[in-house]
Amino acid sequence: MTLDLSLVPDGGIAWADASGPDGHIVLSSRIRLARNLQGMPFTIRADQAEHEVVLSHVLSAARQTPDLADAPVLRVDGLDRGERQLLHERHLISRELAALDQNGPGRPGAALVLHGDLGLMINEEDHLRLQSFRSGFALPEAYASLERLDTSLGQRLAFAFHPEFGYLTACPTNAGTGLRASVLIHLPGLVLTKEIAKVLQGLSQVGLTFRGLYGEGSEVVGNFFQLSNQTTLGKSEEDLLDQLVKIVRQVIEYEEEARRVLQRDAPALIEDKIWRAYGLLRHARLLSFEEAMNLLSGVRLGVGLNLITDVGVYTLNKLMIFTQPAHLAHQAGRVLTDPDLPALRAGFVRSLLEDDMRRRAGGA
Amino acid sequence: MQCDQCGERPAAIHLTQIVNNAVTQAHLCETCAAEKGIQTSASVAKFPLSDFLASLGKGTGKAETAAGAGEPCSFCGATLADFRESGRLGCPQCYASFEGHLRDLLRRLHGSTQHVGEVYLPPGGSAEDPARRVVELRDQLRRAVEAENFELAAELRDRIRVLE
Repeated sequence: MTLDLSLVPDGGIAWADASGPDGHIVLSSRIRLARNLQGMPFTIRADQAEHEVVLSHVLSAARQTPDLADAPVLRVDGLDRGERQLLHERHLISRELAALDQNGPGRPGAALVLHGDLGLMINEEDHLRLQSFRSGFALPEAYASLERLDTSLGQRLAFAFHPEFGYLTACPTNAGTGLRASVLIHLPGLVLTKEIAKVLQGLSQVGLTFRGLYGEGSEVVGNFFQLSNQTTLGKSEEDLLDQLVKIVRQVIEYEEEARRVLQRDAPALIEDKIWRAYGLLRHARLLSFEEAMNLLSGVRLGVGLNLITDVGVYTLNKLMIFTQPAHLAHQAGRVLTDPDLPALRAGFVRSLLEDDMRRRAGGA
Repeated sequence: MQCDQCGERPAAIHLTQIVNNAVTQAHLCETCAAEKGIQTSASVAKFPLSDFLASLGKGTGKAETAAGAGEPCSFCGATLADFRESGRLGCPQCYASFEGHLRDLLRRLHGSTQHVGEVYLPPGGSAEDPARRVVELRDQLRRAVEAENFELAAELRDRIRVLE
C-alpha cells in the first residue's frame, strides 16, 4: 500500500500553520487520551486476530461518531518503513505505532484515523490513543474537541475503567485520566542565557516533565522542548490542564524576558548569531537535519525579535517538517539512506525561503 | 539560605506553589520538608519505574513466590515477572490480579491512587446498575471532600460500602 496523504486535508499539518495564539514561541499544543477495551488483552499481549478485533470494533464505533464518520483510515501496518517514519515525523503517529524500533513490517492492526485536529491511533501501546492537535498555545480548545470524541466513542465501546484507578492502561504511568497534554515550545532565549536548566528543573518540582522534538525518548533539537504533565492519576483533567497552562504561560514570560536581556546586554552577538544562521540557510549546499534545525532556530528567533521580516513562521514550520529524512526521501523518490539527502535538504531550504521572500515582496 | 521553617538548617528544597493564581515560594530543609509530607523530586527520582519494577519480586518472603513468578493474572496469564520485564501489564484484569503491588506502584508514580477525573459510564448499563451507582457516588464523594463537606462525605462513603 502506498501512503496517500492527499486523503487527509492539509496533509495533517494544520497544527503547524502558525495561526494559533503565541505561535512565535509555542509551535503546537497536543493532548492524548489512552483508552483500552474491556475484556481484551492489551496490545503487547494480544495476537494478530485480537489486534484485528480491536481494529474492527474501534473503526465501527468511530464511523458512528459525528467527528470521525467520514474520516480517512490509514492502515499503518500496510505501509513501508519510510512511509511509517514520515507519519511519525509529521507528529501524527507515535514511534511505537510506526514500529520504528523493530526491523520488518509494521504491527498488525496498527491504524490511524485522522480528521481535522483529531486523530485516533489504534493498536498503539493502548488499544486507542485519541489525539487532538492545535496550532500555537491552545490546550483548552484541544481538550474540548478531544473530550467530545472521547464521550461519543465511550458510548459505543466498553472502555476498561476502575472506580479507584480510573482508565486502565498498559503502562501504569498513564492510568487514571490517561491524559498527556503537551506543548512544543521554542526556547532559544533561555538556552542562550543558560537559564534553561533552572526552568527545566523547576518543571519536575511541579509535576511536569520535558522531552525532545518527537516526545518520549527523543533528543532536544533546535531548542524545541515538549513540555507535558508527568502524572495522570489523582488530579482531574481540568486540574492537569490548568497547571500545564499556568506553567507554560510562565515559561513563555521567562523566554520573552531572556530575549529582552539578550537584546539589551549582547545585541551584536545575538544579531550575528541570527544573521549567520540566515545566511547559511540561504546559501549552504549541504545540510544535515540537525544543523538545519539549529539554523532554523536562529532564524525563528530573528523573526520573533523582528530582525528578519521577509520570512514567515509558517515557512519555518514547514521547513522543520519537510527537511526531515523520511519527508525528503519520500518527496525525491529516494531511500532513507540516500547519501544525497544533505544536498537535497539544502536545496529544498533555499527554494522554500526564496519562494517565501518573493511572495512577501510581491504582496507588499 | 536558611530553612523558612526551622531557621537552622540550610534550605535544600525550594518549593513553588500556585494556589488560586498566586505564586508562593517556600525554602525548606530536607527534614522540615519531610515533616510537611512534601515529596521532593529527589525522593521521587529514587523510585523510577524501572528500579521499582526490578525490585518487585526480589523482596524476601511471599511476594515473589505468590505473585512474582507464581499466580498469573486470571484473565490473560501474565505474571508480575512479565510486567517487571516489559513494564507493560497484560490486560485490564491485571490491575485486579496484582492490585496490592499496583496500588503501591501507582502511589509512587502519581502520588495518589484515587482517580478523580472523568467518570466513565459503560454503554448499556442501567441507572440502577450497582457498579454504575458506585461510580456516581464516588464522584459525589470527591466533590464533597473538595467542598470540605465531611458529613456528606461520610454518608456517601457508607453508601458506597454497602453497594460494594
